[in-house]
Amino acid sequence: MAGEASAADGADNQVDVIGHVLDHDSLEVPFVNAHHIFDGHIDLRGLSEALGLAEPIFGVDMSITRHVVVMWLASGLLVLTMLACFRRPALVPSGLANLLETIVLFLRDEVVLPVMGEGGRAYLPFLLTVFFFILYCNLFGLLPYSATATGNISVTAALALISFAVTQGAGILNNGFFGHWKNLVPSGLPAPLLIILVPIEIIGMLAKPFALCIRLFANMIAGHVAILVFLGMIIMLKSYWVAPASVVLAAALYLLEIFIAFIQAFIFTLLTALFVNMAAHPEH
Amino acid sequence: MDLAYMGAAIGAGLGAIGAGIGIGLLAAGALEGISRQPEAVADIRTNMIIAAALIEGVALLAEIICVLVVVTK
Repeated sequence: MAGEASAADGADNQVDVIGHVLDHDSLEVPFVNAHHIFDGHIDLRGLSEALGLAEPIFGVDMSITRHVVVMWLASGLLVLTMLACFRRPALVPSGLANLLETIVLFLRDEVVLPVMGEGGRAYLPFLLTVFFFILYCNLFGLLPYSATATGNISVTAALALISFAVTQGAGILNNGFFGHWKNLVPSGLPAPLLIILVPIEIIGMLAKPFALCIRLFANMIAGHVAILVFLGMIIMLKSYWVAPASVVLAAALYLLEIFIAFIQAFIFTLLTALFVNMAAHPEH
Repeated sequence: MDLAYMGAAIGAGLGAIGAGIGIGLLAAGALEGISRQPEAVADIRTNMIIAAALIEGVALLAEIICVLVVVTK
């Protein structure tokens, strides 16, 4: 609920649902606003100016925003938990280390190795990093006063670009620079067919990261919008009697969102592994 | 402007119908496969999730376009 967003809140009993899921120049923090204890803001523009990021750099807006800060917090927490759990690896892990090791082993033995074969071991650190980063960002977005960094299309686009770069890199490493581009189309095709097939394959190549980007973004946005709409119904319908149904449905959706946070991180990792394998080992 | 809202709402519904049919057929096929061959459950699950993700990706693209219609009308 940033300054701009909350201005629209309450007017005509409308709830600014989209404003809540967008990125803002301020952090939502409780206990800093004397008048509304639960609705305080910390402006981040001062921090951007102090770091010299307030003005666009080469036409790109690099200013510190809510999603950037949440991403820092999620990454920091990810590094901290991993260090705390695996700095001194125990033979029999306990507590959180046990949970994390189960997830890592599931991804290695059920996802990466069956999809990519033994060659997948080299890509395991990258895939696990992507998985845990997306998972932490997704789960961080479910905390009160937080925001979903993965519900920002710039974040997912960056993740998809990284996945695209690794895919192309794997293809070039395994098949050589020219071999990789030759593998775009099956060998031994008549020349007229190539005129049609090459553009189609290039579009297909670019559509994969685009779909990865849109899928993660839309999934994270859609769940949060649905929760906000259910809660906003109390205000929109001007009745306390809507509240029990709204809250129960919102709580149910919240539980579904926790599940989706895992599923989307899993799907992103699985599809990246699949694409990397397709580029590294074309089937002809 | 009102027609834009109506179009977006109808579009969102059509997108949901398409994805629903697609994922329904997919789940039916996967469950049938699992009941015939319970030992292949791991392979079927992975491939089902991949296909579901692809179907869902197209549906979400449609929904995003509907949101854009409303937001940028």
